[in-house]
Amino acid sequence: MKKFFAFLMVAALVLSMAGCGEDVNAKSAGTMTFAQYDAANLDSEVTIEGYLQAKQKFNAEYGNTSLYIQDGEGAYFVYRIACDQAKYDSWKVGSKVKVTGFKAEWSGEVEIADASSIEVLKGEKIFDAKDVTSLLGSADLVKDQNKKVVFKGMTVEASKNSDGQDVAFLYNWDGSGEEGSDLYFNVSVNGKTYNFCVETDLCGKDTDVYKAVKNLKIGDKVDVEGFLYWYNGANPHVTSVKVK
Amino acid sequence: MMNKRIFLLSFVFTLFVMILTGCHGSHGLEAFEIPENFDESKQYEITFWAKNDTNVTQTQIYRKAIDSFQKLYPNIKVNIRLYTDYGKIYNDVITNIATNTTPNVCITYPDHIATYLSGINICVPLDELMDNKEYGLNGSKLKFDSPKREEIIGKFLDDCKIHGEYYAIPFMRSTEACYVNKTFVEALGYTLPEKLTWDFIWEVSDAALEKNDDGTYKINGQNVLIPCIYKSTDNMMIQMLKQKDEKYSTEDGEVFLFNDTTKDFLKEISGHFLSGAFSTFKISSYPANFLNAGQCIFAIDSTAGSTWMGSKAPLSDISEDSIVDFETEVMVIPQYNPETPYMISQGPSVCIFNKSDAGEVMASWLFAQYLLTNEVQIAYAQTEGYVPVTLKAQNDPSYVDYLSRGGEDNSLYYDVKLKASKLLIDNMQNTFVTPVFNGSASLRDAAGQMIEDTGKAVRRNQIKSEEYYDDLFKSVTALYRLDSKSNQGLKKKELGDMPGEAVALIAILITVWVLLITYAITSRVKNKKH
Repeated sequence: MKKFFAFLMVAALVLSMAGCGEDVNAKSAGTMTFAQYDAANLDSEVTIEGYLQAKQKFNAEYGNTSLYIQDGEGAYFVYRIACDQAKYDSWKVGSKVKVTGFKAEWSGEVEIADASSIEVLKGEKIFDAKDVTSLLGSADLVKDQNKKVVFKGMTVEASKNSDGQDVAFLYNWDGSGEEGSDLYFNVSVNGKTYNFCVETDLCGKDTDVYKAVKNLKIGDKVDVEGFLYWYNGANPHVTSVKVK
Repeated sequence: MMNKRIFLLSFVFTLFVMILTGCHGSHGLEAFEIPENFDESKQYEITFWAKNDTNVTQTQIYRKAIDSFQKLYPNIKVNIRLYTDYGKIYNDVITNIATNTTPNVCITYPDHIATYLSGINICVPLDELMDNKEYGLNGSKLKFDSPKREEIIGKFLDDCKIHGEYYAIPFMRSTEACYVNKTFVEALGYTLPEKLTWDFIWEVSDAALEKNDDGTYKINGQNVLIPCIYKSTDNMMIQMLKQKDEKYSTEDGEVFLFNDTTKDFLKEISGHFLSGAFSTFKISSYPANFLNAGQCIFAIDSTAGSTWMGSKAPLSDISEDSIVDFETEVMVIPQYNPETPYMISQGPSVCIFNKSDAGEVMASWLFAQYLLTNEVQIAYAQTEGYVPVTLKAQNDPSYVDYLSRGGEDNSLYYDVKLKASKLLIDNMQNTFVTPVFNGSASLRDAAGQMIEDTGKAVRRNQIKSEEYYDDLFKSVTALYRLDSKSNQGLKKKELGDMPGEAVALIAILITVWVLLITYAITSRVKNKKH
């Protein structure tokens, strides 16, 4: 009897562990692997599967939103997929989705445009942010485009505001905005400075990250997390800033 | 006894009429009437929704204008809200009309005002305000040097006329220009003509597509080259139709966009999308980024984007090491018939929203008018390839001096920017605007959408037959609700039968009058008998 119980316990443990270990690269029929997507020609139709990591705000005017999706190999940015509020609400962060659209590139950002379908599948996963600090400034960084990433031990550098004063952040890239505009701030590591952005379509003025960036001071040491968006070079859409 | 009854009846009817009239008033504000005097002892707080081109100097000019204005009128406080997108302003205004929380003064496009006007007394008609001797243009009681009406360039002022009335004043004007990498054109063996034609653009663009054995383009040695990029495809379509003397729409909202000329144009463009000679901002990215990286030869964009154009441009979105050195020429957009050139007139205008307090509207009008002073006009025009909308500013010695100093530096006197402004000044007579009506903004979107859709369809190999264009007409018509069933808002509505409420109201008024007259006659007859 004791042996039976021991066997039962082990079996249950194995089964539960197997349940935890969902294959994040598993694809259903007719779906591309990330490598196939990566190799696909621009303007060709693509079908991908991955886990929804974040969604931008619902744009009621145009009836669309943009999605950040990731699997075990790479990440995808779905640009302005058509939806209504109900559909938008039904797409839960973490859930596995299948998307069909056209591969496009805009200022270096490779994305899925004009998505014709999205299907929510069984499965759930929130990825940990990948530390890409050491890749900053290297040609390899682009391989992690659209992934959830973290830059550690960065130093907040000065930006010039409209009066020529040194400040820790700007509303809009040149300081021409105001509360509610995108926030831009400079951070450096290993002697090189990079410009990061809090994109308000992803993290609006009431979010913790928006408030955190507004509280930054020049010289602060920070860990910065976000999605590795691209605009003529790395232009991370920041989702979290932690002052050390 | 009879007298009392009639009186009571009349009283009840009159009360009823008054109640009905009161109901009617609650559907919209009363029309604005100019007060005899502007009360400077009363405090006013007004909001100004302003658009800038993500340009910090422009926001500084707005703030400086507000400061100067508030010093002149300490009883008026102006709160600014900044936008970088006309579409966002439009959407926010629409949302705020519903809650009666519109701004007081707003930078906008006439196309958008036409939609605002579908509400009752939402925007203030400006004809009487402009002509008012005391507070109108150059009025005697103004505390600043406002231009006379005839000093506002007529063509620009007329852009703001909707259904025969002025609902805005022009603030700045721009047009489109073709920014040319002259160095590449000449390296390809061509000489720029005095006036660009579309034939020339395509001939040079096709020549530029020649490649080396390693797959790079011969002209730039790079892997990327899009010889011609257009920023605003709605303008591209609209200007093509105008240049070909083809109808686009009427002021009554009749749509002529979907015609054979449009179809032929889309077919022509599809060939250039296919060869790689042509692309658009929406499909590829900003023309300036490609131009400055030596990856584009003809970048067609607003003169208000001139500070981004050229290898010495003061503003840039690309890294310094990607910028190549070349000579930039600023030219009138390509034409089909260069002898009679046409180009769009665009740029911000200012409208005023109606409020229940006429004094508040007057405060708004004073501030809007202040934006036409030389101080604001000249400073703002210098931030980009804009042109002041008044002759008073254009002829001001400081502005004339500014225009003469092109190339002295790469900031205030950046030569590309100054050439862009001069281009518009020299061609004001060749500019045009499209008819404005409730729905004209959608029609404009549709015009551009057809070029974007054609481009994507070509690149995705989706054009299998000529039927594609018929289907495109249908899909765009449906998308922008331009079809006969849903475009009721586009066409000027016939007045038709009067609503039941109105008929009842008139009937009651007639009844009351009949009763009153009957009462008066009866009383007279009785008095005579006595």
